[in-house]
Amino acid sequence: MLDHLAFSAPEPKRIAGAREDWELVIGLEVHAQVASNAKLFSGASTTFGAEPNSNVAFVDAAMPGMLPVINEFCVAQAVRTGLGLKAGINLRSAFDRKNYFYPDLPQGYQISQLYHPIVGEGEIIVDMGPGVARRVRIERIHLEQDAGKSIHDMDPNMSFVDLNRTGVALMEIVSRPDIRGPEEAAAYVAKLRQILRYLGTCDGNMQNGNLRADVNVSICRPGDYEKFIETGDASVLGTRCEIKNMNSMRFIQQAIEYEARRQIAIVEDGGKVDQETRLYDPDKGETRSMRSKEEAHDYRYFPCPDLLPLEIEQAWVDDIAATMPELPDAKKARFVKDLGLSEYDASVLTAEVENADYFEAVVAVCADGKLAANWVINELFGRLKKEGHEIGASPVSPAQLGGIVKLIKSGDISGKIAKDLFEIVYTEGGDPAEIVEARGMKQVTDLGAIETAVDEIIAANPAQVEKAKQNPKLAGWFVGQVLKASGGKANPAAVNEIVAKKLGL
Amino acid sequence: MSIDIETARKVAHLARIAVPDAHLPDLARELSGILTFMEQLNEVDVTGVEPMTSVTPMRLKRREDVVTDGGYPEKVLSNAPDAREGFFAVPKVVE
Repeated sequence: MLDHLAFSAPEPKRIAGAREDWELVIGLEVHAQVASNAKLFSGASTTFGAEPNSNVAFVDAAMPGMLPVINEFCVAQAVRTGLGLKAGINLRSAFDRKNYFYPDLPQGYQISQLYHPIVGEGEIIVDMGPGVARRVRIERIHLEQDAGKSIHDMDPNMSFVDLNRTGVALMEIVSRPDIRGPEEAAAYVAKLRQILRYLGTCDGNMQNGNLRADVNVSICRPGDYEKFIETGDASVLGTRCEIKNMNSMRFIQQAIEYEARRQIAIVEDGGKVDQETRLYDPDKGETRSMRSKEEAHDYRYFPCPDLLPLEIEQAWVDDIAATMPELPDAKKARFVKDLGLSEYDASVLTAEVENADYFEAVVAVCADGKLAANWVINELFGRLKKEGHEIGASPVSPAQLGGIVKLIKSGDISGKIAKDLFEIVYTEGGDPAEIVEARGMKQVTDLGAIETAVDEIIAANPAQVEKAKQNPKLAGWFVGQVLKASGGKANPAAVNEIVAKKLGL
Repeated sequence: MSIDIETARKVAHLARIAVPDAHLPDLARELSGILTFMEQLNEVDVTGVEPMTSVTPMRLKRREDVVTDGGYPEKVLSNAPDAREGFFAVPKVVE
């Protein structure tokens, strides 16, 4: 089975400074909330939007004497994600404490996996258009606790803290600095999100903060990145800045764009970029330093004494591997190779697994991949989008759409009539074949009937006939008249042929 | 390895423990003493010895992914010096 389609790497983005050209080097740390019912180390719920502090167990509130007990399902989800990114699974991993103080972190530390993460090196193929993609290496994935939520705008003098999110399981997915432009960074997050959603390990809801990214950006002169890849020596690259906690692909792109230009301006002015953590302000469209947190960077990690090392068995990993779904790259490749779709159409249809499943159900009925793709993408998606519906709310079932496509394929209805039929099925429902029968929508391929209709039009329009004889392109007018007279039911190919013959063209 | 006064000050600050300047030399000396003891332990050859993570041979306990806890915000907040509208209320944190 084909893993993915062939591709070549895109050119790195170049930004012209005042003096010279620059390239970007970008790495991402994505925090993906594990789709689980309960938290990583407690039995409290992970449901979003609950009353403040109601999804909190004493463990989460760090009450004295409470001990963490790991949620095995969260471990399985991390393993599943690792397998989906073709990564190595570490049968032995361990938890460490990352120490810092903040009001929404009652423990005074976050339990994370610095020294021995559960997932090792993998990769993501980031699509940049048909035939073009960037292979981005994954360094590691580790499990950790989320912090609580601070609300700063409810009171002029106080911050309000809600611990509902405290202790929810996160997967931190760390990439190598293989990303070479703002668009690639956004596409990387989109592809990662797509894979996570296929796997079902994270719902990818960025608006709720269930998927957010920290972005490391540095600039270099053309050619320096290749030196870095060759030698592994990061000192040939510029000093990097980390932009924290972004939850929109658009902001990620804008923040990198701004940050690159900021760094270029500093370096071209003879200055030095300080390694620091920055925040992106979408209202102002700029990044700014988070100086107050600088000192907190000394996290004093040490192994968490409350938790034994996490040991899992290969057989357990194999069981998870046996339940892996077909992933986007493989599905896209299959749609192209087996169903004859263009890579573009295959990308559109595999963007969400629900869309791909719908499409495959249509193909199962009509047995024509290309025609089914056209109808799903252009007619169905177009119509659903117009009304703001997701595929799950489609009033047309795959069986119905498959039925319509089947009628086109067999020549029973023309493409034009099919659009009317689609409209009827969309608004009224019903079986397409029965509707066609009951409402007399069948295409007329009876040559005798078509010939009669052509004769009538020709007889009624002698002036047009003369013109058409001078200019054969005008034959189309007769075809149009005949189709109109037939209510769109005449077979256009047959009409074309007969009109040409009758006009002596 | 010895801990100087500046390091002692920094460590105290990171741990949010108020140590008056007058006590810093003592603290630095005590911390240095601990590290010296650690260095002494380093002299023991532990080649080929697995780090001990538990006194008894135990496997990390697991829980199932079932909601079994929570739903008592009033208890969670009961020790808070200040709580309003279901939230912990703390002095304004500026980022």
